[in-house]
Amino acid sequence: MTLGVSNISCVRGHKPLFAPVSFSLQAGQALHVEGDNGVGKTSLLRIICGLSPADAGEVLWNGKALNRLHPEAVEAFRATLCYMGHNLSLKDELTALENLLFDAQVAGRSLSHDTAMDALRKMGLNTRAHLPLRVLSQGQKRRTALARLSVTDAKLWVLDEPFVALDAQSLDSLCVLLASHVQQGGMLLYTSHQAVALSQPHGPAVDIRPLRLVGA
Amino acid sequence: MIWQAFCAVLRRDLLLAWRRKSEGLSAVFFFVVVAALFPLGIGPELNVLRNIAPGVLWVGALLSSMLALQRLFEADFRDGTLEQMALSPIAMPLLIGAKMLAHWLVSGLPLVLLAPVLGLQFDLSGEALVTLTFALLLGTPILSLVGGVGAALTLGVRGGGVLLSLLVLPLFVPVLVFGAGAVEAQVSGLGVQAHLSILMAMLLPALFFGPLASAFALRIALE
Repeated sequence: MTLGVSNISCVRGHKPLFAPVSFSLQAGQALHVEGDNGVGKTSLLRIICGLSPADAGEVLWNGKALNRLHPEAVEAFRATLCYMGHNLSLKDELTALENLLFDAQVAGRSLSHDTAMDALRKMGLNTRAHLPLRVLSQGQKRRTALARLSVTDAKLWVLDEPFVALDAQSLDSLCVLLASHVQQGGMLLYTSHQAVALSQPHGPAVDIRPLRLVGA
Repeated sequence: MIWQAFCAVLRRDLLLAWRRKSEGLSAVFFFVVVAALFPLGIGPELNVLRNIAPGVLWVGALLSSMLALQRLFEADFRDGTLEQMALSPIAMPLLIGAKMLAHWLVSGLPLVLLAPVLGLQFDLSGEALVTLTFALLLGTPILSLVGGVGAALTLGVRGGGVLLSLLVLPLFVPVLVFGAGAVEAQVSGLGVQAHLSILMAMLLPALFFGPLASAFALRIALE
């Protein structure tokens, strides 16, 4: 399982956003995408997921260009991908539990009621699981979205600003979750303006590779 | 697993429609009001009412489904649900098909069920009411499917509502002509089979191509 990015660039309004980027990511590695506001971190993540096309360069999944993969291989890539963007794909009218359950089913995963409750409990939302999302705070909404991570079997996590709006306690539990994902052979790609150490309790810290985007 | 995802999208959209009742009901209410105001405005001239009934009811159904169309993908586009659908290993046209089915159940089926009741005000005969209901049953899904493609194409465009009407209303014309024509044919004693067959012939390709084309347009909108 390898994710490769070779000389990706992204053009917005006739102007390249960032200088061409290349890296490769193996199972058990984490990559932290840094850069100033508006330099194109979100655009880069969307290109890697296949939501937007790259204006130059290629995204390689196991050595093959993503946009030239067979439909079945694309399906397999999407089954290993868990993307969380700025929009959390949560419905205000549904409860936290319903959001989590529907989301898993749309992603083609089956999720039992108990497992979902367990995931919400881990995120400290057990008393809020049956409330409609519109009455929850911004941080609690983000925690609902992040609960997805602890029930997914996807290996490649692509997270856009996962640490925003979290209190200290949820930040810690997210870091543990991310660390255990990477240390169990997952791949992690995230953007953040904060430097956060990822480690499990009493465990070694995950070696995070930085990738600094610079404007072109 | 594919079936499960289809049902999940369908259930979620129906549940959302249930919890946002006012939104879904407004289009249906519009249809009822339009159809109920015509007889009041025109007066108790039964021959006139009988003649205009199919056209009025069909135009009402068409405009009310236009109202509902604008909301088909908008919320999902804004909150990122469409992104997750596009990245799901399940084929996107299938998930979009489920959304369209939910949309029809909420905004199309009530029109089909209400039409015979509203038709009574126009003094339509029993057979004409049955024909009207059948024609709407075949025609309103076409409105949701073809309209869905238009809604997907105009997603995220400023003033998309006007553009959507310009794009989609011409495509609704054949449905209107043959849908209203079926009732007129029934009233004037000609057979209705030809009209209903043509509606069916429009529905089948729409069922296949509607979700496919919408999914394609949505992927472009998400870029």
